[in-house]
Amino acid sequence: MTLPTRDDLIDFVYHEARVIDEGRFDEWLELWGSDSYYWMPLDYQQDNPKNMTSLMYEDAFLRKLRVERLNGLRTFSQKPKSRCSHVLNRPSIEAFDPKAGQFITRTAVHYVETRLDDQFLLAATVHHHFEMVEDELKIKLKRVDLLNCDAAFGNIQLFI
Amino acid sequence: MTMKYKDNPQAVADLVRPAEVHRDLYIDDEVFALEMKHLFASTWVYVGHESQVPNAGDYFATDVAAQPILLARHTDGEVYVLHNRCPHKGTKIVIDRTGNTGKFFRCPYHAWSFRTNGKLLAIPLKKGYKDTGFEQSEAGQSGLPPVGAVKNYRGFIFVRMNQEGISFEEFFGGSLSSLDNMVDRSPVGKLEVAGPPLRYMHNCNWKMLVDNQTDTCHPMVAHESSAGTAVEIWESIEKDENTKTPMAMEVIAPFMSPYEFFEDMGIRTWPNGHGHTGVHHSIHSDYSAIPGYLEMMVEAYGEERAKAILGENRHNTVYFPNIMIKGPIQQLRVFIPLAANKTLVESYIFRLVDAPDMLLERTAMYNRLINAPTSIVGHDDLEMYERAQEGLHSQELEWVNVQRLYDADEDLDEEAVENGTTERQMRNQFHAWKKFVVASMEAEARDLTDA
Ligand code: FES
Ligand SMILES: [Fe+2]
Repeated sequence: MTLPTRDDLIDFVYHEARVIDEGRFDEWLELWGSDSYYWMPLDYQQDNPKNMTSLMYEDAFLRKLRVERLNGLRTFSQKPKSRCSHVLNRPSIEAFDPKAGQFITRTAVHYVETRLDDQFLLAATVHHHFEMVEDELKIKLKRVDLLNCDAAFGNIQLFI
Repeated sequence: MTMKYKDNPQAVADLVRPAEVHRDLYIDDEVFALEMKHLFASTWVYVGHESQVPNAGDYFATDVAAQPILLARHTDGEVYVLHNRCPHKGTKIVIDRTGNTGKFFRCPYHAWSFRTNGKLLAIPLKKGYKDTGFEQSEAGQSGLPPVGAVKNYRGFIFVRMNQEGISFEEFFGGSLSSLDNMVDRSPVGKLEVAGPPLRYMHNCNWKMLVDNQTDTCHPMVAHESSAGTAVEIWESIEKDENTKTPMAMEVIAPFMSPYEFFEDMGIRTWPNGHGHTGVHHSIHSDYSAIPGYLEMMVEAYGEERAKAILGENRHNTVYFPNIMIKGPIQQLRVFIPLAANKTLVESYIFRLVDAPDMLLERTAMYNRLINAPTSIVGHDDLEMYERAQEGLHSQELEWVNVQRLYDADEDLDEEAVENGTTERQMRNQFHAWKKFVVASMEAEARDLTDA
């Protein structure tokens, strides 16, 4: 079995952000493993995605739904479309355990989203949990902790 | 700026016609100030749930009628609702939304302290007030003043800011059956708030959200982008007899139901602005059974009653003025007015005590899929509200129409069940709006004349 290098993990995180910023969402969907989740907790240091509300907890079906909706003819909240930009700190490797198949990075992110005359900035800490699927690195869990998770937000329409 | 509506109850009354309402209800700052003072202070407004303050000293802070309020559990076990305002110089006593203050509140500015029922406890260096007439001053007498009246209804805490006014029972009447049904769904008749609420800022008037709760002609249009796409994706996936419909599909797909589905579901209205969709069935009717739940309910209530409780599938119940509950999924949304064009929406979910965890899991999923600032269904709705808020600034058209299935003989002071696409419940809300605002303005005018 091919193993990832530490640089592979780091490069992946940068690549994923770029794919989102460039609106290549179909490609983004391919970056995920089989039983994978995109999780954005609502509570600070939330430890369970199921027994309370999260901002997002999305499996492959829900991620695909989002991406397809972005392109829909009658998706009025995306007429005109939103755009986003990620600024990433260099990801740190939090776990690198080939035996257990555990590969985790932590990345500090500043995220800007804009539509019409509005633009907002969010700061987040992002943990990527990876797995190897047929010799390819895939996301198993992406956990996005917003710095101000308890604040009231307007629409957040793209992916952090 | 000249005042158009203040001290002019007739001008305010003229804003609401039987089947249309004036745009100033949504965009005018003066009308907003009047409705805070006259509607939100004279009706029963939801504040919070007792499970948010389980122990003595626990508090929860929020806004009612654009005023800072706190809810506190006193040592006698009662929940007190107090103005969150120091009688000394006005400092808010607590600013975090929840916490425990111990035996008393202590103002962080000059350390005046108050019992958790609001009574003034101590003032440092009190001798400085000796012989000053301090005892007769507002500050010397008030402590943290309680709101006009408080009602804890099966754990849900409502307040009337005014001392005098309509009673809780008269105000809500038969509409309390929706809250009852939500609580009865716990085998022990108890709910607990699960986690923090979603907090979603809307650049629109609060009434747009309330109107939308019984707007059954928008889901298949405004939500085509999300629910319609979900149905398309699901249909394109290859399935066999073992394929289980995912919980997310059960939640989101019914939004695409055709007009007939919504017509047949029915709408019930009660006097004073309350009403609900989903009299006969609703978008919550076809959720799959949660293993073990029915058995627990039968054990607790007996078969007939358990089936009657679970057979109710009320969709959205509006408690006028500004909350909506969904009994079948234990959700409560508060539409907190901040300005004529700004509303904070907080969406809470509840755990049914002693019921299977899977129910809470579905409820949490519903909340994040439909009502989060990150929710695609939420995006669909907010886009419409904000477009309307901007569109209403056109000077050419003055009225917002709520005429669908209107009948000139309609009596909104009577409970009624009608076709599920009627806008009767919206008319009911405006009727109540006018009734309470105008009555309170007239009472104020009388008080002024008497004085
Ligand atoms: S303002 Fe509260 S003690 Fe002075
Ligand atoms: Fe909607």
